[in-house]
Amino acid sequence: MNKAEIYEFLTSRNKQKKKSRTPARLDAIQSATGAILALFIVFHLIFESSILLGKEAMYRLTKFFEADFIFEGGEPLIISALAFVVFVVFVLHALIAMRKFPASYREYRRYQTHRHLLVHNDTNLWFIQITTGFMMFFLGSIHLYTMMMQPSKIGPFASADRIFSDGMWPMYLMLLVSVVLHAGIGVYRLIIKWGVFDGVQPQQNRLLAKKIIKWLIVFYLALGAVSLVTYIKIGYEHQEHYGERYHKGVKE
Amino acid sequence: MGDALNQKENQEQTFRTIEISVFRYNPYSKHSKPRFETYSLSETPSMTLYIALSKIWATMDHHVSFDFVCRAGICGSCAMVINGKPRLACKTRTEEFLDGKITLMPLPTFKHIKDLQVDTGSWMNAMSQKVESWIHTKEKTDISKIEKRVEPDVAQAVFELDRCIECGICLASCSTRIMRESFIGAVGLSRVARFAIDPHDERTDADYYELVGDDDGIFGCMSLMGCEDHCPKELPLQTKIAYMRRKLVSQAIKS
Repeated sequence: MNKAEIYEFLTSRNKQKKKSRTPARLDAIQSATGAILALFIVFHLIFESSILLGKEAMYRLTKFFEADFIFEGGEPLIISALAFVVFVVFVLHALIAMRKFPASYREYRRYQTHRHLLVHNDTNLWFIQITTGFMMFFLGSIHLYTMMMQPSKIGPFASADRIFSDGMWPMYLMLLVSVVLHAGIGVYRLIIKWGVFDGVQPQQNRLLAKKIIKWLIVFYLALGAVSLVTYIKIGYEHQEHYGERYHKGVKE
Repeated sequence: MGDALNQKENQEQTFRTIEISVFRYNPYSKHSKPRFETYSLSETPSMTLYIALSKIWATMDHHVSFDFVCRAGICGSCAMVINGKPRLACKTRTEEFLDGKITLMPLPTFKHIKDLQVDTGSWMNAMSQKVESWIHTKEKTDISKIEKRVEPDVAQAVFELDRCIECGICLASCSTRIMRESFIGAVGLSRVARFAIDPHDERTDADYYELVGDDDGIFGCMSLMGCEDHCPKELPLQTKIAYMRRKLVSQAIKS
């Protein structure tokens, strides 16, 4: 057995009678992984909305990410690899952030009663964060697993078929709402937590940050919803030809 | 004379009646059960909850217990939960509650004494000892010499945090503290920040890490900002907690 662990177990200190530096690292890793995931989502939702510019635009972007400028016809394994990397960051973030969840019924009950008494915006925002975080344990895993295992099934028709004919749209709708709220609120809390935009007027800057984040949430929710509806519409129209793929230059 | 009296009476008649519901419970009594008792009283101009409670005590109920000392927002004794929000009763005017209904509860997370009274003192004393809330220096004070110069901005930042009155409102507004009673809260973290800023204190970041470098300290804070938004002294808690977090995380990464 590792002696260092025994020392900490018995004394809450290491051999030099110092406190563990792990809580500091966990705090930093939680923030860093959260920031990476939020940044990823910001671009993901934009790329996904390429369907709003038409099937051809979405097809080209998909092929671009499959690096068709290097591999002829594109290499979907690149998407698998990317999904795997995101999955690792996602699991790491979930694992570390989970330690902040209410850990018992007592903690949960006390938090709920307190927030209902307090009526305080930031305290309530945290409830949205733990709820959406919990939802994404499942929703995020479904989505990332699909992307890792079926990376070739991305495209104007393939995605639309998955969303409509494979019955994935309710999952995507819930995932969209969860991920946008969680990322938006998370970024706001990162700004506060590390004092990113404190400046000389930290209170005003906090309000400004909140306002900007609020509008970004509205924008991304709207963008995601419109994109999802577009995929549903394409999937609905394409259901008779389920499984058929879109090909470059095919007239819409 | 008669007219003046009538005028006075008329004035009094225009005062509205307010209802104050007070949490009543004596944990030391076998027979006491938690309940709310409602008192109706006539609101006077600029009435604070300190005045209202004193009036209730003097004219209606000698058994209701609450704490006050300075009645000027300096001592921190009268912190209580007013319509859900932890506030100082002496700094809260009854007129701001438009429906005239006010509910008073003791501060949560502290040891309950009776009714609206809690023991914040024992906890604050333990906190002060835990974070070693005093200047640590090897330098001997020589009063025959002029003190070392401190930059005005630095001195101001220290004084700003020294304004803390240990009322306990930051803890009662903090959901983290509500869930996890071992969390030291904004009062403890800002106290450490006060000494970390002060050039008189020779402690290093590694020393401060030993005091609050865990989930009961700085890494327990989830930035819910209840402390910042309810502090009656409007202390810069948001920025000072972030300051300590940055300091201690970089200390941990370096070591």
